[in-house]
Amino acid sequence: MTTNTTKNSGNPGGTGNNGGTAKTPAALPTSTLPIPPHIARIAVYAGSAAALIGTFLAWTWTTAFPGDLTVTGYPGGLQIITLVGAALTLLFALSGHGIRGLGWLTPGGTNSPVVLLSLGVLGSTGYTMGAIAEHLGGIVNLEPGAWISGIGALIATIGALGLPSDLPADEPHHNPWERLRASLKAPAPKRAKTLPDWVEILIIAASFGIGLYVFAYGIEAYSELFIGFLITTVFGATALNRAGLIPRLNALTAKHRNVTLTAAIIAAAMFPFTQSDASYALIGVNILIFATVALGLNVVVGLAGLLDLGYVAFLGVGAYTAALVSGSPASTFDVKFPFWAAVLTGAAASLVFGIVIGAPTLRLRGDYLAIVTLGFGEIFRITMNNLNGSAGPDLTNGAQGIPNIPDLEIFGWNLGIEHEVLGFTLSRPANYYLLMLFFTAVVVLVFRRSGESRIGRAWVAIREDETAATAMGINGFRVKLIAFALGATLAGFAGTVQAHVSYSITPEQYLFANTVPPNSAFLLAAVILGGMGTISGPLIGAALLYLIPAKLQFLEDYQLLLFGLALILLMRFRPEGLVANKRAQLEYHETDQLDVPDQQKLPEGTVGASKAGA
Amino acid sequence: MTTMTTTTTTTVLEASGVTMRFGGLTAVRSVDLTVNSGEIVGLIGPNGAGKTTFFNCLTGLYVPTEGKVSYKGTVLPAKPHLVTDAGIARTFQNIRLFANMTVLENVLVGRHTRTKEGLWSALLRGPGFKKAEAASHARAMELLEFIGLAHKADHLSRNLPYGEQRKLEIARALASEPGLLLLDEPTAGMNPQETRAAEELVFAIRDQGIAVLVIEHDMRFIFNLCDRVAVLVQGEKLVEGTSETVQADERVVAAYLGTPFEGAPGAAEVAEVEAAEAEAEAAAAPDDAPSDTPGATGTGNSGTSTTGSEGKSL
Repeated sequence: MTTNTTKNSGNPGGTGNNGGTAKTPAALPTSTLPIPPHIARIAVYAGSAAALIGTFLAWTWTTAFPGDLTVTGYPGGLQIITLVGAALTLLFALSGHGIRGLGWLTPGGTNSPVVLLSLGVLGSTGYTMGAIAEHLGGIVNLEPGAWISGIGALIATIGALGLPSDLPADEPHHNPWERLRASLKAPAPKRAKTLPDWVEILIIAASFGIGLYVFAYGIEAYSELFIGFLITTVFGATALNRAGLIPRLNALTAKHRNVTLTAAIIAAAMFPFTQSDASYALIGVNILIFATVALGLNVVVGLAGLLDLGYVAFLGVGAYTAALVSGSPASTFDVKFPFWAAVLTGAAASLVFGIVIGAPTLRLRGDYLAIVTLGFGEIFRITMNNLNGSAGPDLTNGAQGIPNIPDLEIFGWNLGIEHEVLGFTLSRPANYYLLMLFFTAVVVLVFRRSGESRIGRAWVAIREDETAATAMGINGFRVKLIAFALGATLAGFAGTVQAHVSYSITPEQYLFANTVPPNSAFLLAAVILGGMGTISGPLIGAALLYLIPAKLQFLEDYQLLLFGLALILLMRFRPEGLVANKRAQLEYHETDQLDVPDQQKLPEGTVGASKAGA
Repeated sequence: MTTMTTTTTTTVLEASGVTMRFGGLTAVRSVDLTVNSGEIVGLIGPNGAGKTTFFNCLTGLYVPTEGKVSYKGTVLPAKPHLVTDAGIARTFQNIRLFANMTVLENVLVGRHTRTKEGLWSALLRGPGFKKAEAASHARAMELLEFIGLAHKADHLSRNLPYGEQRKLEIARALASEPGLLLLDEPTAGMNPQETRAAEELVFAIRDQGIAVLVIEHDMRFIFNLCDRVAVLVQGEKLVEGTSETVQADERVVAAYLGTPFEGAPGAAEVAEVEAAEAEAEAAAAPDDAPSDTPGATGTGNSGTSTTGSEGKSL
């Protein structure tokens, strides 16, 4: 095996294999496959172009396969996925080549994004071809367009694997797998030039716009399209990370935090206006409920480090309270509170339960707390089941739950019927989506403000070392109880909306583990998968954990198995979660680099009022 | 801040008859100790003598089986956070920083007892909250400047070198504006230069009007630093007094080195060996102040304590 060496990626003619530089053993860029770099680069261009052109041709002869892939002239369905992937591969390859005006695409690695993107294109195209063959019975159903794209993607991938790695290897890897892993590593981007504020804000806004579009696309996708979408998104997001674009964006959002928050809320508020179909808006509102509860759990788990395995019970307390005072004919109480009062009642009920459960159990540490909260989650469900008039007093209708929860009416705006706003039709779920978004924003604000304060620091200190924290004057029990009660209250808030969205509530909605989120296991998974202690982490985690089971229903019984497998893999390769807290990143990946912040904050720090003014 | 002046000495800490039993084991047996304002008091003793246990009794981590601890005349409650609130801060023998918080955040956590902003004010972010946060930041940066870590305020504390972690622990303790600082082996694992810097730091802290009680195995450090030294052996206070008194006490030496056994070298031989050692040391480190040699046995403690580990190894 020879290793290809080039001085840098911008020098495709450099075939100095046997030159003087190759003699020195240290710090050589290696490639996975022994192809001369210039040929590899040509292969990437040719392959990606072929994959791109192929999407404009027919891939199959019949419209029986979901999404119309029969048309020659414009792409449809899964072809669009391949098209986007191939276009991105081409773009990043050109940027890596040093084409003027594209350099901003790759401030970090140049060749590793190309490898990842071409793998993504190969994966999604290969999946499409396989799905067509499987769906229609045999590869005979594939039209030439599919072959052009598929073979193009294969050539591009082989070419990409021939590109030199971004980081020179310390020692030569003889194993191809090791060399592949080395070629996926990329250097961190250098500090970005400071742009004018309005440009940076524009970049943030544009990024959220793109994010919203991608998210809406995923929600609308049918199963087959969703798998292709997922493959491309996973590889694409990793590629953008390696290219250094995501770190750059993170630096920008950290600098303009309020702008980012506003942009995120506006982008999220636009979502129902992009949805004509009520069922997608319903997915949206369910994701929001799930995400909000996950964010509330993040206060308890991510900040204070208290493992709560029965958190969904607090959602249930809020939902049951709201249902009982909603004026539902099935409710034991013949009262109809206005919505604001119902919300406050639900939150207060959750708060009381949080304190009642927390006060005795928070004196326990670690595993014991987890066991007690797990028990509490089950006790809640079983109690709701038993308060049916025969096993206990009649309060909750037992297993039938409380049906016919009336729709809300806020300021004369009936959320149960369609509304025309600015020419857009807002369906019932879309109305609730907007209402829930308000609650999510409140929870985000609560999380952020409480996290960055005396109390938030006390939570983190307790999580880090409880003995030392108490020696610093922190009343551990009190501070933990505040975290627990706050988490419970936030879940209660979400519960009051959930009761109205889902028309009826039953005890079976609040299980520990279930295939349908939210349940305690999925909530915890959303927090851990997304990234503990962050705001965006649980939101992204919740969206993924809701969408994947909802879109891949054909997996049915294997769903939980695959879910477990995915969690294990994630914990192995990215234990800090998808969105890394700066702390966690350093905690899990031992690096000798110092965590020097991106911007020099020294002058601000000496004044000493930097964070308080935010 | 305490505004005690050294002209009028008042009792800061008074522990009387503190006894700590774990089941059948008596780790600390009726120990009395007082610390006056403006004083640096040392607590020494062989390993397992109960020094840290005594510390834990003082700071409320343990509830003493008998006896009471009072701070400036009021009896301390046996809750660590209330003790800190009252004005006693401590560091730990094995460093217990909040490893994944930044240096600045660590010190800010130390400010917990001196700020009162609760959850509501954090959520509402009124002017009072902002003012308190700004004041806390300013005070924390001041302390980081004091220990010389201001330039590393944004680093994670786990990434600091060992010596700086020790310093940061002291800064975190000082952030709670204590009247008494308890240091548990502040120079463990430090090299001689760092130890000397730590000495300076403790003097500087004393000069701010904070009384210091320090556990240490490095005898040179203790005898340089402390106005009074108490010796704890097997849970009991053996002797208390100035450096000279303690160094001269035969029981202290016996506790560290054991009693002379049958056929042990006589005083003459010991004196001979010591003379040779003193000569060698004088040649090696001429700038060191010659330790006074009250007795042949006394120098065994101070004469060769360059490594600071002899107490442990013997």
